[in-house]
Amino acid sequence: MDLLRFITCGSVDDGKSTLIGRLLYDSDSVSLDVLATLEKRRATTGGDVDLALLTDGLKAEREQGITIDVAHKYFTTPRRKFIITDAPGHVQYTRNMVTGTSNADLAIVLVDARQGVIEQTRRHTLLASLLGIQHFVLAVNKMDLVGHEEVIFQKIVADYAAIAEQLKLPSVVAIPLSALNGDNVVRRSTFLPWYHGPSLLEHLESVPATIDANPNEPRFQVQYVIRPQTEELPDYRGYAGRIQSGTYRPGDRVRIWPSGLETVIEAIEVNQLEVAAASAPQGVVLRLRDDVDVSRGATIVPVSAHPAVVRELEATLCWMDERPLRAGRKLLVQHHAATVKAAVTTILQKTNIETFESQGTDEARLNDIVRVRLKTALPLVADEYRQNRVTGAFILVDEQTGATLAAGLIAATDPEYFTEEVPAEAVFSI
Amino acid sequence: MPTAAYLDYLDRLEAEAIHILREVAGQFERPALLFSGGKDSIALTRLAEKAFRPGKFPFPLVHIDTGHNFEEIINYRDELAAHLGEKLIVRRVEDTIRERGLHEPGGKYPSRNPLQTYTLLDVIEEFEFDACIGGARRDEEKARAKERIFSVRDDFGQWDPKRQRPELWNIYNGRIQKGENVRVFPISNWTELDVWNYIQRENIKLPGIYFSHERQCVVLPSGQLLGFSEHLNLDDTDEIVNRRVRFRTVGDSTCTAAVESDAASVHDIIQDLLLAKVSERGATRLDDNLSETGMEDRKRNGYF
Repeated sequence: MDLLRFITCGSVDDGKSTLIGRLLYDSDSVSLDVLATLEKRRATTGGDVDLALLTDGLKAEREQGITIDVAHKYFTTPRRKFIITDAPGHVQYTRNMVTGTSNADLAIVLVDARQGVIEQTRRHTLLASLLGIQHFVLAVNKMDLVGHEEVIFQKIVADYAAIAEQLKLPSVVAIPLSALNGDNVVRRSTFLPWYHGPSLLEHLESVPATIDANPNEPRFQVQYVIRPQTEELPDYRGYAGRIQSGTYRPGDRVRIWPSGLETVIEAIEVNQLEVAAASAPQGVVLRLRDDVDVSRGATIVPVSAHPAVVRELEATLCWMDERPLRAGRKLLVQHHAATVKAAVTTILQKTNIETFESQGTDEARLNDIVRVRLKTALPLVADEYRQNRVTGAFILVDEQTGATLAAGLIAATDPEYFTEEVPAEAVFSI
Repeated sequence: MPTAAYLDYLDRLEAEAIHILREVAGQFERPALLFSGGKDSIALTRLAEKAFRPGKFPFPLVHIDTGHNFEEIINYRDELAAHLGEKLIVRRVEDTIRERGLHEPGGKYPSRNPLQTYTLLDVIEEFEFDACIGGARRDEEKARAKERIFSVRDDFGQWDPKRQRPELWNIYNGRIQKGENVRVFPISNWTELDVWNYIQRENIKLPGIYFSHERQCVVLPSGQLLGFSEHLNLDDTDEIVNRRVRFRTVGDSTCTAAVESDAASVHDIIQDLLLAKVSERGATRLDDNLSETGMEDRKRNGYF
C-alpha cells in the first residue's frame, strides 16, 4: 500500500473542514465516540452534525468557527493511506498554508460555487505551485446551493484554467461537489448527471502517489556520525543520514562536499545489514573506504554529479515573522543538517500574490513572498528547488530566539564559488 | 538510470521517524527518550536501534513512574533496558508529591496522570535535558493533531498553540534559548493501526496486558471496564467482575480502561482494530472525556 499526502486550501467559508469531515465520515474513518461528541454538540446547538468539528481542534477555533493552525488527519482505504493537512484560509495564516503545503504531494483547491474563483483561490494556487505541488484538484463546492448547474461549474473551470496556464500547473482535475451533502466526495452524485468524472476519493486513490525528489541526482547528507568505540568495533565509523534523492550503491566513487575530498562507499547499512542499493527517502548508514574527515552537515555525492557549492545564492522566501525583513539582516540558514550564518544582502522583488506580478520592494513583511540574494559565511551544497524539492529547500532561523523566520526555496546559485580546496570544517552544525 | 525503489507506506513512516531521531542526536546536547512502557514508546526503542546501532543510543530512557503502573509494565521496562544495554532513569511521582507537598488526588479513581507533569519538569531540570522524545501521535486526539514534530516548550514546559514554529518540509528547527526545551514526536504521523502493523512486521515483543487475559474489573457507570487495583477507592455497591480483556493503551491504571477482547496475538489485534469503531482514547482514557478540551488544557500546562 502506498502513501499520499495532500493539503486542502481555500477561503474561510469554502467548507474545507466540512470536506475533510465528509471524507473521513463517508470512508468510515470516524469512530463512534468521536461521533458521539459531535452529537452531543449538535444536541446543544441544533441543526445537522457539524463535520467541521472533526478537524477544528483548538478551543479558539471552535469558538470562532475557524481553523487557526495546521491540523493533520489520517485515513486509509483499501487502496491507500492518506495524510491530510488542513491549513487555514485566512490571509494572516498564509505561513501555515505554506507550512502545510511543503510536505504535500497534491493540493485540493476549494472554491465556493456561489463565489467562483476569488483572490484567495489565486493566492493559494500560487503558493502551492511555488512549493512544487504536481497535482491540483479544483473542488467546486456547494454545488447544491447553485442548483447543481453545469454552466456555473464550467465558468469556474474556465476561470481557473487561466490561472493554471499562467502558473504552468502540471495537472489539474476539476470536480463539482457538495461536502455538506456528500455529493461526489466519496460516492458519485446523482444530482450532477452531467459530470462523468471520478468522485474526489476515487481521484485521490488513483493519482500517482508520493514522488521522490529528482531520482537522477543522488544526494545524501550526514545527520550523525556513529562511532561505537567498543572493543569489538574500535574503528567503526558510520555516517548516518537519509538519502535525500536518488540511489546509492556500495563501490560508488563519491565526493564529500563542501571539502571536495574523494573516496568510495565501502558499504551501505540499513538496520545493521549491508544492502546492495538504497534509495530516497531511506535512512541508511554509509561507511567510507578512506578515513576522511566527515561531520554532520556534509553532503556525499557521486563523483559524476557536480552539485553547486556556493556562498551566494538567490532564493524565494515566504517571510513568516512579525518583524519585517530588511536588507543587511543577519540570520542563520538551516539547510537540513547544515546550519550556517548568513546575511540577506539584497531584497530584489516582491511577488504580488493576486496578480502574480513582481514589484520592487525594500522590505518583506509577514506573509510576503520575496526574491532575495543571500550570502553565507560558509559554503552550502545547493540545488535549485525546481530541480530538487528536498535539497533546494531551507529555512531561515533567528540566531538569538531560534524562531523560524522564513521558508526558503533556492532559485539560482552563483557558480563563481566552486572549489575543491575548502576545509572540511567549513560546514558546522548546531 | 536509477529508479527509486518501491517503499511501502510503513517504510516511509519508518524512514521519517529514523530521520527525526537522528536530527535529535545531531542537534541536541542532552536528549532523553520518555519511555512509558506502552507500545508506542516500545516502537520508539526499535526505531532508535535502527537509527543508532551499532552505536549506543545518544540518550537515556526516562520513565516517569506514577506508582499506579501495572506490574507487567515495570518488569517489561527493566528487561527491555537490560536487553538493549541502555541507561534507564526512573523518577517516581510519589517522590514528587512528597518533596513538593502536592495533594494526592482523591476520589474513587485517583489518577496521578496530571501530577506526572511535575515529575517530568523536575527530571528535565535535574538532568538539564534539552529535548525529550515521546511516542505521542497526532491521531490520538484533536489537540495532538495540531502538534509539531519538534515542539518548543518554555521554562515551565508550557505549550502555546498560537506560537508554534512553522515546520517546513522535513527540516526540524531545534534551536532554543536557555531554559527552553523541545518535545519531539517521531511517530506523529502514525496511526494506532500503523503502530500495530509495525509491531507485527518487526516482530516486537509486548507486555502481556496488551493481549487477551482474564482480569478482575470494575464496571463503570459508562459501561467501561477498569482493571481492579488497590489504588481504587471503591464503594460497596461497585460491581467487580471477571472478564477476558486487553488494554489498548497503558497508563495510570486508575484511569486506563480495558476492553473486552479475545485477541491473543498481534494479528488478532489488527483484525480487531480493522473492525473497531471506537477510537483508542475514547475507549480507554477517562481523563480526556472530562471535557472536550481536556488534552489541550493539560498540554498548555506542560503535560507531555
